[in-house]
Amino acid sequence: MRTAVLSGKGGTGKTLLAVNLAAVAKTATYIDCDVEEPNGHLFFKPEDVQEEEVVVKIPQVDKERCNGCRKCVEFCNFNALAYAKELIAFEEICHSCGGCVMVCPEKALTEKERVIGKIQKGTAGHVRIYTGILNTGEPSGVPIIKKLLAEENPEANKRVFIDCPPGSACIVMESIKDADYCILVAEPTLFGVHNLNMVYELVQLLKRPFGVVLNKCLEGENPAKEFCLERNIKILGRIPFDQELGRLNSNARIAAGESEEYAALFADILEAVRREVRHETVADS
Amino acid sequence: MKIAIPVDEKTLESNVCAFFGRTPYFLIYDIETKESIFLDNGAVASTGGAGIKAAQTIVDHNVSVLLTPRCGENAAAVLKAAEIKIYKTTSPSVKDNIEAFTVGKLPLLDEIHAGFHKRGGR
Repeated sequence: MRTAVLSGKGGTGKTLLAVNLAAVAKTATYIDCDVEEPNGHLFFKPEDVQEEEVVVKIPQVDKERCNGCRKCVEFCNFNALAYAKELIAFEEICHSCGGCVMVCPEKALTEKERVIGKIQKGTAGHVRIYTGILNTGEPSGVPIIKKLLAEENPEANKRVFIDCPPGSACIVMESIKDADYCILVAEPTLFGVHNLNMVYELVQLLKRPFGVVLNKCLEGENPAKEFCLERNIKILGRIPFDQELGRLNSNARIAAGESEEYAALFADILEAVRREVRHETVADS
Repeated sequence: MKIAIPVDEKTLESNVCAFFGRTPYFLIYDIETKESIFLDNGAVASTGGAGIKAAQTIVDHNVSVLLTPRCGENAAAVLKAAEIKIYKTTSPSVKDNIEAFTVGKLPLLDEIHAGFHKRGGR
C-alpha cells in the first residue's frame, strides 16, 4: 500500500505528516522523493545507511566514426546535439532517451553514464528510510525518483509513505504515479487554496484516489476547508496550529513519538486513510 | 561574406530581436552582393535547447559573422566550433548595425550569459 503525501507549495507540512504517519504505522517504509531538499532523514536519523549513486545515460561521440549525416541532430527533440564541423553533445540538455544512439547509422554514438545524485537506505526502529538526493544544479530529479520507487522492498505489503516534492510538475507526477492513495496537505490561506487546487487537478488528471489533511488550523475561517466542502472532497483530518507541535517539528523531533496526544492525532489520520482505501477497493471491485 | 542577425520582422527596416535563440526570424545578409534572405527560426517553439538549434541554423547557412545583442553559452559553443565570430549590436536598427559592422565599429560580444535556464556552461 503506497500513500503519497503532496502539496502545491512548500512548507505546508508534507514532511511533518509523512514522517509522523510512518512513525505511527506499526512497520513502514518512508520514501523521501523531495530530492532537491530531502529532510525526512533528519527526523528519523537512520542507521546502517547504504548509499548508491544514480546515473543517467548520455551520448558519447566517436569523432572518427561520425560522418556528419546529422540524423541524430534531427532526431533529438531536446536539441541536445548540434553539428558544427564535428558533433557536439550537450550533456545537461540530454533527457537520456537513447534515440540518438539508435538512429546513428555509423555506430558513432555510444552511451556513457553521468552521475546526477544518489539514494540512501537506512533503518530507524521499525521504519525503513529511503532518501533521494539530487546533485545541485541538475535539471531533473525524475531518474532518482524512478530508482527510489523501483527499489526492491522486502516489506512491500507493509505501509509505504511517499514524501513528494512540492508543486505539480513532472517530478511530482513521477512520485504519485503508482500511489494507491494521495494525501493533499493544505494550509488555511488563500495561497494554500490556490496551491491545493493545483494538486487537486493533478490527482484527478492521474486518476488517483485522494483526500485532504488541513494543517495549521485556527479557530474561524478556513478557505482550504471551504474549498473541500464546496467540491465534496474527503477531509481526512485536521492538524491544529500549535506552537508545541511547531517547536518539536522545527527541532527535527517526531511529534508522534513525543506525546500521546500527537500520536493519537496522526493515528486518527492514518485510520481515516485506511478506511478510505478500503472504501476505494470495495468500490473498484 | 555572410552575416546573420536575429530580427523581429522580415524586412531590412526591422529592429534587431532582443533574443538570439527565440528570435522569430534571422536575416542572412551578404556584405558583398548586398543580398538578403529571411529565415524562420525553427527553434522558437522548442521546449529546451533553443539556442543550440538556432545556432545550428546559422552554422548551416555558411555564415561567417553573427550580430546579436546577447548569446547564451550553449549557442556560443556551437558557433565557436564553426568558427563564427559574434559581434554585439549597439543600436535597435538592423541597417545601422550592418553599417556599423562594415566600417568596423561593432565590438566583439564578450559577455556570454549562462542561458536563461541556467543549463549552459560546463
